[in-house]
Amino acid sequence: MQDEPTPIELTRAVADFLRNDIAPIISGHNAFKLRVAVNMLDLVVRQLTSEQGSDAAEADRLSKLLGVDGSLIDLNRTLAEKIAKGEVDLATPGLSEHLWQTTLAKLAVDQPNYASYKRELGRETK
Amino acid sequence: MIEQELIRCVTSFHPGATGVAGIARPSGGASQETWSFDIVHPGGNIGAILRRSPKGYGAAPTRAAGLDAEARLMQLAHDAGLPSPKVMHVLTPEDDLGTGFIMARVEGETIARKILRDEQFAKARPMLARQLGKVAAGIHGLPRAELPALREMSSTREIAEIGREYRSFGWPRPVFELALRWLGDHDPGPSREVTLVHGDFRHGNLIIGPDGVRAVLDWELAHLGDPMEDLGWICVNSWRFGEIDKPVGGFGSREELFAGYEEGGRKVDPVRVKFWEVMGTLRWGVMCCGMMQRFRIGPDHSMERAMIGRRSSETEIDLLRLLAPRGD
Repeated sequence: MQDEPTPIELTRAVADFLRNDIAPIISGHNAFKLRVAVNMLDLVVRQLTSEQGSDAAEADRLSKLLGVDGSLIDLNRTLAEKIAKGEVDLATPGLSEHLWQTTLAKLAVDQPNYASYKRELGRETK
Repeated sequence: MIEQELIRCVTSFHPGATGVAGIARPSGGASQETWSFDIVHPGGNIGAILRRSPKGYGAAPTRAAGLDAEARLMQLAHDAGLPSPKVMHVLTPEDDLGTGFIMARVEGETIARKILRDEQFAKARPMLARQLGKVAAGIHGLPRAELPALREMSSTREIAEIGREYRSFGWPRPVFELALRWLGDHDPGPSREVTLVHGDFRHGNLIIGPDGVRAVLDWELAHLGDPMEDLGWICVNSWRFGEIDKPVGGFGSREELFAGYEEGGRKVDPVRVKFWEVMGTLRWGVMCCGMMQRFRIGPDHSMERAMIGRRSSETEIDLLRLLAPRGD
């Protein structure tokens, strides 16, 4: 077992340092690149925070939808093939809901400020 | 630096020019470079842009029209009275600057967030969709006989190409599969009319001033095909920059775009436009995945590339909103 602080705490400390102490003192193209860097670290923190839970829920939905067990990547490959062949489509019970939940979980990590995501999240919590 | 070559080039093609000043590189593409500079002239300096592939970057990717074709298309558009910069010079081997061309610099803004939010564009925004519809009609009306050699694309070929590119990444994306199925099921088939298609008609390639559209840039993806492709592409949600209820570039409605297009003397097929909007959304998503590949495999190991890879999920939620919308 690895000791504390956790990767989340370590990454967040670097992001906060860059954001609070370095960003105010640099300018121009490097300031732009620094913003990208900070965004990257924030994304990593979001992924480390939520990935386990969202992956488990996704695998669970996929197993039910496909009627098989397997690794998350294999289940996704199987679903992709079935959609490509037309064996599964939006008329298949559970597919639309699965794709929505999976995509919302991705946006929560990748781009939580994306306007389409915020709009759809509003529907979720209604 | 390219100063010496540029001075030699400019003084050879522009009568009375004595040199160049203020050379700057506003944006950095990998295979195509854009340089801004002033032609120094006793009658007053003239703003110019050099667009070129440096020496040794001759081989263009399969989709690119090529810089000679771009120059020809810009000149044709300019001569037809469309908002397009005047082409001043097409580079020759003697210029020793690679391949490309020099055009007049048009002042204005290309950054979407500024165009959508800055006060100086407040009066322009409500006019833009209609103006751009009319500009698109003008582009699609350029006479076929005068166009340079361009690849011809159809909806069916585009579905196949995008599908092949997505599969080459070897990473399963059920939402992309769903979109590919939808596109196959809704393929409108050959267009009744095949015209010049700009191919990248969207924010970033449009110079906007407080008075509206001033120039259409970047003909790199120009081809022959279904004119409705340009109208669908400009409606892709990725170019709305947060203003998701204004489908045309975050500033206007489809109705305004279509009205401008018909004012330009051409007919709109809204079903085909919708097809190309879905196609465009998927295409941008696949392009984001391609950026990820380039980040991982090289040559561009930048943070920006890496982060664009993480934007493909944006197109997945937009595809779901188009193909599997949830009730209000």
